[in-house]
Order: sequence, then C-alpha cells, then structure tokens
Amino acid sequence: MAATLPPPRLLPSGDSAVTVEFSRTIDDDANQRVLALDKALAAAPIDGITETVPTYRSLLIHYDPGKIGFDALGEKILPIATRPLPPVTKARRWRVPVAYGGEHGIDLEDVAKTLGTTPDDIVIRHSGGDYKVAMIGFTPGWSYLSGLDKFLHMSRRQSPRLLTPSGTISIGGIQAGIQCLAAPSGWHLLGRTPVRTYQLHRNPTFLTEPGDRVTFYAIDHKTFEDMDRAAEAGEIVAEQVDA
Amino acid sequence: MSRLVVASIGPASSVQDGGRHGAQRYGLTVSGAMDRLSLAAANTLVGNEPFAAAIEIGPFGASFTARDGAVRVAISGAPRNADIAGSPVAMDSSVTLKDGQTLTLGFARGGAFTYLAIEGAIKGEQVFGSLAVNARAGLGSPYPRPLQAGDEFTVDAASGAEELRIELPKPATGPIRVLLGPQDDEFDDANKALFLDSGWKISATSDRMGYRLEGPAIKHLHGHNIVSDGTVNGSIQVPGNGAPIALMMDRGTSGGYPKIATVITADIGRLAQTSAGTAFRFKAVSMAEAQDEARKFAQTIRSLPDRLRSSDTVTLNIEALSDANVAGYAVSAVDSGTWQVTAEP
Repeated sequence: MAATLPPPRLLPSGDSAVTVEFSRTIDDDANQRVLALDKALAAAPIDGITETVPTYRSLLIHYDPGKIGFDALGEKILPIATRPLPPVTKARRWRVPVAYGGEHGIDLEDVAKTLGTTPDDIVIRHSGGDYKVAMIGFTPGWSYLSGLDKFLHMSRRQSPRLLTPSGTISIGGIQAGIQCLAAPSGWHLLGRTPVRTYQLHRNPTFLTEPGDRVTFYAIDHKTFEDMDRAAEAGEIVAEQVDA
Repeated sequence: MSRLVVASIGPASSVQDGGRHGAQRYGLTVSGAMDRLSLAAANTLVGNEPFAAAIEIGPFGASFTARDGAVRVAISGAPRNADIAGSPVAMDSSVTLKDGQTLTLGFARGGAFTYLAIEGAIKGEQVFGSLAVNARAGLGSPYPRPLQAGDEFTVDAASGAEELRIELPKPATGPIRVLLGPQDDEFDDANKALFLDSGWKISATSDRMGYRLEGPAIKHLHGHNIVSDGTVNGSIQVPGNGAPIALMMDRGTSGGYPKIATVITADIGRLAQTSAGTAFRFKAVSMAEAQDEARKFAQTIRSLPDRLRSSDTVTLNIEALSDANVAGYAVSAVDSGTWQVTAEP
C-alpha cells in the first residue's frame, strides 16, 4: 500500500467554512493536491459540503454546520486529503490568441526594458510557455496561471492601476493571468485576448476550470478585432485541444 | 399585474436575495442581502420564501408608488419613519399600497439596511439561482446595478390578505463575535489582543464589498503578503496599513492579505447593521459556540412564519410584567412559545 502524504492544516474560516491548507507558498505539488481533493469531493460528495473553492495552495470548503460540525468534517476530509495523488490524467488545453503590445499591452516595452531584452523576446517567451490554471478568483473568470518562464518573473507595479481592460493578459510576480472583466490590477499588461473566460449567456458560462492547461499564440490587432466581434456574439474563439 | 415604481431612492440600494452560490470557484462572488434575517422577516410577512428577492434600501430615504393596481409590501431591518400619505407604517409589518399610493421611508435611524419585500417577490432572470445585484460583474435582475428613481417592478396584484406584523427575537447586543483564523498565526499574541481588546468604528468609506475598520494599526508577524486563498462573508483581513477590513457580501472570492479572524454567521447581519462611526468591539468565541449560534440562527429563520401576528394584536412585554410582579397567573394563559396575547375584543 502506498504511503500517505503529509496531512494538510485545517484552518477554520468562520463557522461554515474550512481552509484545507497544503502549503503556505505557491507550489505546484500543493496545487495538484488541492485539485485532487477538489475532484475527489466532487466525485464522492460529503453530506453538508455546499461549495468548494480551489486556490493555489488550499481548498476552501463551505459547509452547513447544521449538517456537519467542524471536527466531523475534518475527520472525513483528512483521509481523502492524504491519499497518494492519482496518476495525472489528460487535461484540457486551451490555445488562447493574444494581441501583444501597443494599446493592448501597454507595459510590453517597459517589461522588455526592465528585463534587458526586446519586446519580441518577451512575446516569444510568454507565448512559448506551458501554463496550468492554478485557480480562478478575484473577479469572474480571472484565471491565475502557473508555469511562467523564470526569466519573466518580476515584482508587481508599485502602484496598482485602478482599471485595466477586459481580456487583459498580464504577468505579476511568478504568475501569469487571463483577466476577463475590466478590473483594478497591479500586474504588467502584455496584451489582450478576445477570449471571454466568463460570458453570461454563453454555454459554458465559464470557459476555464482549475487544472486546465493553457498556451498562448500571437495574433495581429486586426485579427483581434475580428475575433473580438465573434466572441461578443458568443463564440468561444479559444481553440480546445487535448493535452 | 401591478407595478411598483421607485419614486425616489438613495445610493447603496439594490435588489438582493439569498445570494449566488456554487460559482465562487470561478471567481463569482455570492452577493445577497447584508442582513439575511431582516430580508427573511420582510419576505415572510408577505408570504414569500425567506430568501426571495427584495429591495435592500441603503441608509438614505426612499419612496415607492403603486401603479395599475394595489401592491402589498413589508418592511424590516434598520428602523426608519415610514408612512403612506402621512399615516405611519410600522417596521416589521406588512401594508397594502392602493393604486397611486406612495410609501415614504425616511433615513435609517440606526443601522444601515432596510428590506422592502413585495408580495409574490421581485421577478427577473436568475443567474446561478439569484437575482442579486453584483454591479462589478454586471449581474442582477431586473436591474444589474443599484436602483435609481424611475425604476419599476412588475409585481403581483395585492392578494388582499390580512396585514401582519412579525415578532422578531430581541436583537443580540454586545461585542461582535468572531472565530480566530484562518491566518491568526500571522499575528503575535500582542496584536491578536490588540484586535480583540480595542474599540472599533466602521469607516464611512465602507460598502457592500467590505467594511473598513478604524482603530489601532494591527501589525503582521511576517509582512502583509500571503499567497491568495479563499474568502468567506465576514473574513477580517489585515492589509499593509494595518487597518482591518471585514469582507462583506460583494467581496472578492480570494484575497492575499492575512485574515486574523472571521465574524460568526449569527453576527454578520449585526455587523452589517452597525452604522458608520458607532463604537463596537469584537469577542473571540469557540468553534462549538459559533456553530451552535449558526444552528440557532438558521432555526430562527425557519421559525419566522410562527412569529407572524395579526397586525391588530397587542404585545405585552411579559418579562417587564414579571419583573414588576404583576403578571401572576396571566403568564400561563398566553402562548408560552411566543409570549403574545391577543387584545380583548
């Protein structure tokens, strides 16, 4: 029998939620355990759990204390959370078009300057990456990606922008992101995608799931306009391939 | 069908219900009423499900006019003066507006949010089971934004049912109860004590997303950046400047500041109804107490239909009578579950 994994910390988030914390840092192994626990709870639901929210390093489990108490829930979760990870299954992969630079990526040149290279090199490195959706949060559809080229790791802006455009493709720290709605952000804006990771009347409403793989490819600004119109009309415009 | 027209309304007023559950994993926040008990009380008065969509009215005044027929409504929550053409309408009661009549509500006299429920509930297009307004995400129906004068709702014509009032449990007083965590280990004992032992005020810059707390600066043990993790209603996060923010119904689904404590479910509505500038304290409780209070809170909401009274009954304050030793045997004659008596005919 395979050895069990070290137990996560069970941190109370009030009387109706528990944070199952696998790591304090951004760590791909921890994220895999978060997503594995999330999947296991979806496959074999525990009575009383109402909603789960995967993040980089922890799974937030909302539950009804009228159905199950903190201790009883913890006793049910721990054996599942310490199971050896299942073999990696095939993930969905999204190929996401990006119009880099210019009005769509106002920080591209500054990022290149700061890192001592050319904007083209930044585009090649960013679009050449193999990313995983580690979590979705902050605003609807905002997909936080792990897998950013180490060369592109740089601290966030000193002062966050109060508003950044919908579809922004950006980097911040060791993370990359696909932003859906216009929102404040302290990340560096490299480009924009016409892809809507969240669109209300489309099926599916949310495109990406934690665990999905993502790659980017560059498009010119004219193609962006065409795809943006199609996306507005409800087309997905990201290409789905098997990983 | 009748219409209910918003004749005038202040900021921070919107359609809210029990909230939007199941999509926090996609970054979609829950939203919903800031004070769920008051929402449920108003809905119960007009025969709706407790968490049906109603109008959440912010601290300023508002008025509503019935058109194309009568409309039956009820109000509960932050107390305010209310009248129809000069005749007063009591809080925690239902009333029917005849065609053309206007219900006028004054400023909140304490607290912030009052709920106007409409018989048959507000109708609209649900997203993830909710009509609640989440302006940032463009969600909410029939108006995906705060309400404005001139907005109107197509509603059921008034049923003509007997008007009711609701006898709510005496509101809890005392400190707002919290459970420490999930990141209380990011603070040393002195700063945890500072959080629990200090007086706090809610800043006027607060909104449905978060209540900013004014008081001493709380210092972190290892700095203010943690790797983002999930938030809940009532998470109290401490950003870099040390001024805690209690996350409310329009919170982001994840956040990257350490969360020192979480307001217990039973007290979130009380915190929501604490007016800006009013001094209050926090008190840490055990998980057992918090979950017990959460179960009692759920039971109170389930019991609301049993708390309805005909609006022509009179309440006797039995405790006061007992204290004065005048109630005597009369106490046993009243409904022992609710301490109500009906007026002599």
